[in-house]
Amino acid sequence: MGIVTLYLSVIVLLPLAAVFAKAGDNGLSAAWDVITSKEALATLKLTLVVSLIVTAINGVFGTIIAWVLVRDRFRGKGPLNAIIDLPFALPTIVAGLTLLTLYGPKGPFGFSVAYTRIGVAVALLFVTLPFVVRSVQPVMMELDPDAEEAAASLGAGSFTIFRRVILPSLLPAILGGMALAFARAIGEFGSVVLISGNLPFKTEVASVFIFGQIESGGVSGAAAVSVVLLLLALVILTVFNGLSRWSLRHAR
Amino acid sequence: MPANRRTRIGLRTVALGYLGLLLAFPVAFVFYRTFENGLGAIWDALTTPNAIHALELTLIMVAVAVPLNTAFGVLAALVIVRGRMPGRGFINAIIDLPFAISPVVVGLALFLLYGRQGWFGSWFLDQGIQIIFSTPGMILATVFVSLPFVVREVIPVLREIGTTQEEAASTLGASPWQTFWRVTLPAIRWGVAYGVVLTTARALGEFGAVSVVSGKILGETDTLPLYVEQRFQAFDLTGAYAASALLAAIALATLLLMTKLKPREAET
Repeated sequence: MGIVTLYLSVIVLLPLAAVFAKAGDNGLSAAWDVITSKEALATLKLTLVVSLIVTAINGVFGTIIAWVLVRDRFRGKGPLNAIIDLPFALPTIVAGLTLLTLYGPKGPFGFSVAYTRIGVAVALLFVTLPFVVRSVQPVMMELDPDAEEAAASLGAGSFTIFRRVILPSLLPAILGGMALAFARAIGEFGSVVLISGNLPFKTEVASVFIFGQIESGGVSGAAAVSVVLLLLALVILTVFNGLSRWSLRHAR
Repeated sequence: MPANRRTRIGLRTVALGYLGLLLAFPVAFVFYRTFENGLGAIWDALTTPNAIHALELTLIMVAVAVPLNTAFGVLAALVIVRGRMPGRGFINAIIDLPFAISPVVVGLALFLLYGRQGWFGSWFLDQGIQIIFSTPGMILATVFVSLPFVVREVIPVLREIGTTQEEAASTLGASPWQTFWRVTLPAIRWGVAYGVVLTTARALGEFGAVSVVSGKILGETDTLPLYVEQRFQAFDLTGAYAASALLAAIALATLLLMTKLKPREAET
């Protein structure tokens, strides 16, 4: 217990405390001024809006993919299941370069999303894809297909079955996966930095803004915006823990 | 199968189309772009002194972060699942923090602690130890971001196996140490192995946190992911793609290992 606490304190807690301390260095009002400066506000707003959209999209597609992986049968399902985790295994900078190669100015499609907000969204969609799939999949495996068959034999259409039978049991898992995806999206750096072009007020996300501040010596500003991200992360973790307790109750 | 055929095929198409556009196609295209220039060009790009140095430094990151976080992970999982001390819930909550925190913030935090102006930085510098813009800082960043994997994989396995066998062992006179090595560890080994694979993948590929504390000194504090960006910014696409393809190949090998480990984990 002692070793565990010491290790966590030295590796995780102490550095984070330093960020909070630095942000409060020049007084809270100074930190507030940095956070509410035009560029910082624009970057935080962009980060939140794009992350929300991305989380919603992957909530839908993640659930569909999980359904296909659990209930559908076709050749090549095994490799498909394995490839879902690719965004977790692939270094983020490689993910960024990969997407830029295909959807960038020299891509084979003749259109480019590089240096646009859509490009930022594509990068975030890539890195957050596995969260909802991996959170929904085990719950769906436990679901008894009998209930769905009963509903179908009573004349319910596919959509009604999904909405009234499947969705209620899956909801905690879907939301839990989305919470983790959202947490990842607001802090993502490596995959976004190449494709976004980092144009202030247009495609600059929070983590890139912080990085720029550190490089140009504005460490206090970087710390202030970091605190916003840290607080968001704490809120999301709390929500996630609440959701997992909810789904545990649901499972009983 | 309650869903009718048309729905099933429709959903399958949507799922495959989405995965193809987002995952499979981009990755395949990077390999295509890499091998476009022939194997010789890739070999040349990967054997420049800077590339080799980046590879070596990356392996050092893995060699330090993985054993540390594995030992810590098993210990922390035991404390959380088997321990009775108060504060376990708090530790359990803290451990997930590295997953939720932006890598850039991690880098900044280490910079504030160990940088020249940092809380401990000047003391270490007086001892002749440079942490930021040097290997120790990059190791600290890697350890931070890859910390939770082993814990998270081992906790559910520990819960699953229960305490009966461990209790039997200690009733038969085994010391706690013997019980751990002969009973507990063999039972959780696949969970540990799975966590180690995930930790290794993350340690190899970390970019954001390492990028902040490295200073990006070419041939000195450059890991492979940093080298990819550096080559890209220098318009050396062959070099960037070659290093990317190497990292992507490692990622695919990781996936393969993960699928190999998973069914065994289910058996135990």
